[in-house]
Amino acid sequence: TRFDDQVFCSERGVFEGTFTLLRDTRTDGSFLVHHFLSFYLRAGCKVCFVALLQSFSHYNIVAQKLGVSLTAAKERGQLVFLEGLGSCLDVLFGEEQQQQEQAGQPHPLRFISDGASDLRGLFEFVQTSLAPAAGDAWPGRALLLDDLGVLLSLGASPVAVLDFVHYCRVAVCSRLQGNIVALARGGDDSEDEENELLVTSLCHHSDLILWAEGLATGFCKDVHGQLKIIRRASLQPGGQPDVLQIYQYKIQDKNVTFFARGLSAAVL
Amino acid sequence: MPQNCQSQSFSKLYHMGTEELPAPLLDDNYRNELGEEATAATSEDFQDSMKIAWRYQNLPKMEVSPTTSARFGHYYDVSQTMSSELFQSIKCHSFFLPEELSSQPTIKMCNMNCGYARLLQSIQKIIYQEGFDGSHPQKKQKNILRIGIQSLGAMLWGDDICSTDNPEDSHSLTKFLYVLRGLLRKSLSACLITVPAHLIQNKAIMERVTNLSDVVVGLESFIGSERETNPLYKDYHGLIHVHQIPRLNSLICDVSDTKDLAFRLKRKLFTIERLHLPPDLSDTVSRSSKPNLAESAKLLSSGCGAMAIGKKHLDF
Repeated sequence: TRFDDQVFCSERGVFEGTFTLLRDTRTDGSFLVHHFLSFYLRAGCKVCFVALLQSFSHYNIVAQKLGVSLTAAKERGQLVFLEGLGSCLDVLFGEEQQQQEQAGQPHPLRFISDGASDLRGLFEFVQTSLAPAAGDAWPGRALLLDDLGVLLSLGASPVAVLDFVHYCRVAVCSRLQGNIVALARGGDDSEDEENELLVTSLCHHSDLILWAEGLATGFCKDVHGQLKIIRRASLQPGGQPDVLQIYQYKIQDKNVTFFARGLSAAVL
Repeated sequence: MPQNCQSQSFSKLYHMGTEELPAPLLDDNYRNELGEEATAATSEDFQDSMKIAWRYQNLPKMEVSPTTSARFGHYYDVSQTMSSELFQSIKCHSFFLPEELSSQPTIKMCNMNCGYARLLQSIQKIIYQEGFDGSHPQKKQKNILRIGIQSLGAMLWGDDICSTDNPEDSHSLTKFLYVLRGLLRKSLSACLITVPAHLIQNKAIMERVTNLSDVVVGLESFIGSERETNPLYKDYHGLIHVHQIPRLNSLICDVSDTKDLAFRLKRKLFTIERLHLPPDLSDTVSRSSKPNLAESAKLLSSGCGAMAIGKKHLDF
């Protein structure tokens, strides 16, 4: 059984224009990225995935365990995949001709080499990938970003990253009624001020926040962490307070199980 | 992993004299060295069936060294050096920044520190020319390029992050690591780097370096620290902290139960062992040493990467 049915059942459908922020503190929240990737592909959305930290085959192998083939999705045009690690080599070591061939459109990771202060190239890549096309079989749109902190490590300022996210929201959420899911790592006790600024600012503007945290008491074999789900009802007209749910989880080879706090199968 | 060193193509990217490399332990020697340690441990553990603590009879014996039962990787005799014949038969590349900078004009690559840029070019060239990226099929037996980089971030690489809180270019190191990661992912290679973390003033950089790495291990020496005199650590030379392990091609990762590891340099071997409190057996333990051990118990972590933010230990 897919864990999205247990936990992420939302009364809103897929085509709603939401911005979901994935956070992790003292743990690795990438399992949430894998979940959303397979979720949106199964839901029939056209997906643009900006994968900055891992290779395509890593996501593909995990996706197959979750029942989706990324290779097939790419071939049928449902998935546009930017593999940051491979792509940056083209920017740095690729020949001049290659760069000129992509006439009119700068390379999405151009900012690494030319020190540009904005992420315009990356935004234009996203915009082009998800633009409506004739004969498009995919009614929904989704943009996945893994992870935003890497952009800071590559020299982009927090403001440049926030601008990029803002432009994406306008293009994807507002104009195309698509969804954005972005992972931003880092904790409250982090010394990385730029990252803290980025994460805090993103939190304020997110419709939904999924926050994976390591347990305060340390490592446990049966409970890998806790997940806070914050639905930002306060952003909606009506001024309802935010809704907070807390679950604990255990990650398995092909699945993630969620349960109420203290009710892990190991202790029942 | 092939046991015969001569069939490996080992590439080392830093200038280092062969007189500094320890001699590898080949099959028979290995068994002798590690075997005598293991048998010593098991002979002490032999016990009759327990009468009082019988509940513990069926628990597995505590293994001090996690790897006595299985051979993994290579072992080295630190009291001897590697023979030069062995070293010369291996294809090796080295990179010594002062030589590189003097031989060629400086290049500008993506606003990165020149030393790092030059190193990346050198690595990329070797990967391409030796065929580790599949660009032209390797004629010989397929092999993995092994890269070692020492003291990344130190001043000898032209970086100032070890000498100031506000470095001139705080992004050079992380950009370098990102591109290196790309080169490794796209070729048959693996890389080990060392970073003088204690010198890097800006802790944000260390967090980013960790996030850009697959495996992060920290070594903490007892020399010069107050832990040198702590009875808990008397048999060891330092601690090993496993900060991060890779979660690749899978949702799960292989987290070990053991979070407290210490290392020591024995007469011939460098070993890593589980840290544990010695049993408090004697009736005549003096008052002065008892509180020391109690303090030491608090040092044992109750968790690892998901670190305990409070020292929550149970007192009975």
